[in-house]
Amino acid sequence: MSAFLQFLVNGLTVGSFYALVALGYTMIYGIIRLINFAHGDIFMVGAFVGWTVLAALAASHLPALAALGVALVVAMAATGALGLVIERVAYQPLLKAPRLSILITALGASLALENGVMLKYGAGFETYPHLLAGAGFSVLGAQVKYAQVGFFLLSLALMAGLYLFVHRTPVGTAMRALALDQDAARLMGVNVEGVIMLTFFLGSALAAAAGVMYGTYYTQINFMMGFLLGLRAFTAAVLGGIGNIPGAMVGGLLIGLLEAFSSGYISGQWKDVIVFAVLILVLVVKPTGLFGERVVERM
Amino acid sequence: MALLEVRDLHTFYGSVEALKGVSLDVDEGEIVALIGSNGAGKTTTLRTISGLERARAGTVRFAGRDITRAPAHEIVALGLGHVPEGRRIFSGLTVEENLNLGGYLLRRQPALLKERRDEVYAIFPRLAERRHQLAGTLSGGEQQMLAIGRALMLQPKLLALDEPSMGLAPMLVRTIFGIIQEIRRRGTAVLLVEQNARQALRIADRGYVLETGRIVLSDDAAKLAADPRVRAAYLGGHVEAAAR
Repeated sequence: MSAFLQFLVNGLTVGSFYALVALGYTMIYGIIRLINFAHGDIFMVGAFVGWTVLAALAASHLPALAALGVALVVAMAATGALGLVIERVAYQPLLKAPRLSILITALGASLALENGVMLKYGAGFETYPHLLAGAGFSVLGAQVKYAQVGFFLLSLALMAGLYLFVHRTPVGTAMRALALDQDAARLMGVNVEGVIMLTFFLGSALAAAAGVMYGTYYTQINFMMGFLLGLRAFTAAVLGGIGNIPGAMVGGLLIGLLEAFSSGYISGQWKDVIVFAVLILVLVVKPTGLFGERVVERM
Repeated sequence: MALLEVRDLHTFYGSVEALKGVSLDVDEGEIVALIGSNGAGKTTTLRTISGLERARAGTVRFAGRDITRAPAHEIVALGLGHVPEGRRIFSGLTVEENLNLGGYLLRRQPALLKERRDEVYAIFPRLAERRHQLAGTLSGGEQQMLAIGRALMLQPKLLALDEPSMGLAPMLVRTIFGIIQEIRRRGTAVLLVEQNARQALRIADRGYVLETGRIVLSDDAAKLAADPRVRAAYLGGHVEAAAR
């Protein structure tokens, strides 16, 4: 029982990171039908921006939580802006080109980000400061760290914020509308290019938040960290139904749980086999995912 | 000076020249019909006017401004509404959300937005009954009402309507044409693209005939309806059409 609970807690923690990254995949796919292969690397850049801010604040004697808050906000803003610039420079000129061109451009953006960070920070690992120590409490024999609770709640808050934005504001409604029909959205007076850029900003900022939390939680970051995590988050988005925002949230948590339970009950070495077997299974059996109704097209 | 002045418009799809020099005018308060067979370029003309397609040559002036190169969302803001072919309502959003998008440019004036929404509901009471329903679940006629209502949210100076009667039962076609006349009574000029040329010319003041990307005829609607060439090509040449 205590082992089960422990896996549950660990799975929800990592699952909330996946969910935040999966949201970016799903929002961008929903709006321009692009699997943004650079999105995992956006997560990685977020982790590095956060690390840089924390390193700069190390001498400031700011309380740990305040420093982390600053790192989160700066990383979200800077990485969001980076995502927006990549969209404007690399994707927007290709929106009317064949899908393959923009897909290859996304791969190029991914390589550029990975190698750019490697050149700047080196190929080794950077270590996040131990801000939150290991303090926690125990429930029925499972060890729960305060960081796990905090990060899980923060992830939920970010997801709830995004959901409310998309469903309760005019700009969010415009976002959903242009995912359905771009030309019709233009005829409503929606600045489609602007809303697409905003979508990249939001998706990238959420990934950056996940990156900073990941760095703080696991402490080790590396320029390649976005590759595998990005693929897992993509799996989460597909599982939930790509293009579907609540689907990405649920898919992320499910993939995190799947990973934690297969690590715990089977073996850590098998977890990726199992996660990606799920990806294949979903694509074969129910390509629209758990929540998706929209048919996956043009890919 | 006309409200809308289109001069020598050329639009290409790839290397295919869809419009080969289209010129037309719409004055304030007018209903102007643009008729022609499938593939003549009627939809392309509207899409180029409203900025969804780029003209390679020619100019479009609206309310005294050159809008040839303006992006679609700015053209809407100037008061040129466009109800596209096939209605293109947002099927996954509710009726009310569709109308709110029609009033997207009023998003910072919620009171005005609500007022406009209520006006649309007054014209189309059916939409009011279904305001929280997903637009995709509406019948064809209701979807057309929603598409028109959505475009009326900004009270445009000119409304371009692309095939509003397409796929509708005859009774609904009459309703829609009645609504078009009502829209004009409220002071909005209408540029009406129709395959149903007889109906269109009956409510229009003037008309243009488009053939393979060129305007081949233009005249008062009644004269066009009586023109033997138009009757042979677009009105089926029925005797009763002349008698009406």
